[in-house]
Amino acid sequence: MTGFTSFVKKETLHILRDPRTMLIALLMPVVQILLFGFAISTEVNNINVAVVVPHWSESVRQSVEKLSSNPYITYQGAIEQGEIDQYMRSGKCDAVVVFSNDFDKVLSEWKQNGTGENAMQFVMDASNTNLAQLGSGYLTNILAVDQMSSDMMPEIHMLFNPQMKSSFNFVPGIMGMIFILICGILTSVSIVREKETGTMDVLLVSPVRPLRIILAKMIPYFALSCINLTSILLLAHYVLEVPMSGNLGAIIVISLVYIALALALGLLVSTIAKKQVVALLISAAIMLMPIVFLSGIIFPVENMPDVIKPISAIIPARWYIDAMRKLMIQGIGFVGVLKDFIILCVMTIAIIGIALKNFKDKI
Amino acid sequence: MNDNKTTNISHIIQVKDLTKQFGSFTAVDHITFDVKRGEIFGFLGANGAGKTTAMRMLCGLSFPTSGSGTVAGFDIMRQGEKIKSHIGYMSQRFALYDDLTVMENMQLFGGIYRVGKKEIDRRATEMLQKLKFASERNTLVGSLPLGWKQKLAFAVATLHRPEIVFLDEPTGGVDPITRRQFWEMIYQASSENTTIFVTTHYMDEAEYCHRVSMMVDGQIKALGTPTELKQQYNASSMDEVFRTLARGAKRGD
Repeated sequence: MTGFTSFVKKETLHILRDPRTMLIALLMPVVQILLFGFAISTEVNNINVAVVVPHWSESVRQSVEKLSSNPYITYQGAIEQGEIDQYMRSGKCDAVVVFSNDFDKVLSEWKQNGTGENAMQFVMDASNTNLAQLGSGYLTNILAVDQMSSDMMPEIHMLFNPQMKSSFNFVPGIMGMIFILICGILTSVSIVREKETGTMDVLLVSPVRPLRIILAKMIPYFALSCINLTSILLLAHYVLEVPMSGNLGAIIVISLVYIALALALGLLVSTIAKKQVVALLISAAIMLMPIVFLSGIIFPVENMPDVIKPISAIIPARWYIDAMRKLMIQGIGFVGVLKDFIILCVMTIAIIGIALKNFKDKI
Repeated sequence: MNDNKTTNISHIIQVKDLTKQFGSFTAVDHITFDVKRGEIFGFLGANGAGKTTAMRMLCGLSFPTSGSGTVAGFDIMRQGEKIKSHIGYMSQRFALYDDLTVMENMQLFGGIYRVGKKEIDRRATEMLQKLKFASERNTLVGSLPLGWKQKLAFAVATLHRPEIVFLDEPTGGVDPITRRQFWEMIYQASSENTTIFVTTHYMDEAEYCHRVSMMVDGQIKALGTPTELKQQYNASSMDEVFRTLARGAKRGD
């Protein structure tokens, strides 16, 4: 076993002596979590709204008052009907609320009959679709709700994430990405580096079995990932206040399976690539890009076209992120993520199998 | 030929009709030769002649398509793994880790070949003293000059006292003085009964070998002592012998 332990020591020294690797491996997860947690958010909290009021009345004044006092809205004043287009184009407002000519009359009709003409109209700048959708939702809630009969309007409960914090959503996504980055990319580059510099030949003529060489390489990266898992979970819980209400054991077990999968992916890439640059490119193309676009971090899988959905199903990160979301945010138990867990296990075994076969063929 | 370890004590390498094919390309074409224990054997040939492929087969890195042979008494077709613990190897490309210190490199390779910790320390200290290197034991290899690195790589390749050391163009890119020193190390090892199997580009180095073989287009075209070869080809130097033989080559650069 002395051969094996000297290998693990060597790999650990490689990592410890390379400040860049250390920086990427230990600092990046923390920075990403904090960045996505605080700086980048998909919440909309500063909508510029103007109003068009043909005829001021008490109820119109009340509505406008509500608008201007709402923290999510920046009130831009009253404008003329003809000015809407110009205001929108110049970017001075994202939404315009147009009150009907006889607002009071329409309102009382609604109250009596529960039906009637439109009391107001929202004109939205839909060049930013996210903002337009959320904005119109806000405006409906602020203006329309109590003007209409209460039994007509649905009462909405936001379960699991009542404040709709986007950071909750990002934490599982970042985890899905970080482990691929550290285990997958760094391991593949480190194996390919030995091929490139010629040291791999020296190792292969030694009596140490090729499999041991690879295993020894993975151990320090596995350890690094465990450190990262700990720091991410702590940060997410104590700084970003992600609930983590699910089974913590399940979070850890599934993460470990995912880390193993990422290591196997790294090995697979290293059997294909001959140069470090190539390893990096392949990793980015087959690992990172699909994770960002297809795993549901940013774009929900449910919204994908039917052609794309099956592709997203073969991306391991999708199942991992799904499981983490359920466990961390929804707080359901292990049984609820059993499907994700089994899929991840099968994928891990398959990738390890292919990678090892490829690895043996090449040597 | 059988695979008993004691088949032939005076020949450390024996190969017969060793062949390696990649698809329809025959990189090594039925080569037959033997190397005596303690000998310095020069394995020469132009680029692309098949030297490296042949050497990889002898080291157990590549599996022969056909043929037979033994290295250190083990069958290259069946006992590749056993061969590995009896040989040392130093590659043409620098083979130590730049981000490890001199001692850490020695400990790593010593550990790989299962030399005990104390024994590694003893041998390493002895070697470094011989090389007048003792003060550099904790220096990162990356900060050493190339010539020193290569001498060190040779020291590391022989740390586990292998019966035979394969050197793949060990002196590439090194100045003449360092090359001279490197060859002194080779002679030293040879005098301690370690067999040296060396490939090189430098024909003056071929003169230092006990025996040399010349490979052209995957085949061994000439084999003998430098003096014999020069007589046979009526040449004044190994360089001339090489050029006479390589003239008919189809491969190469």
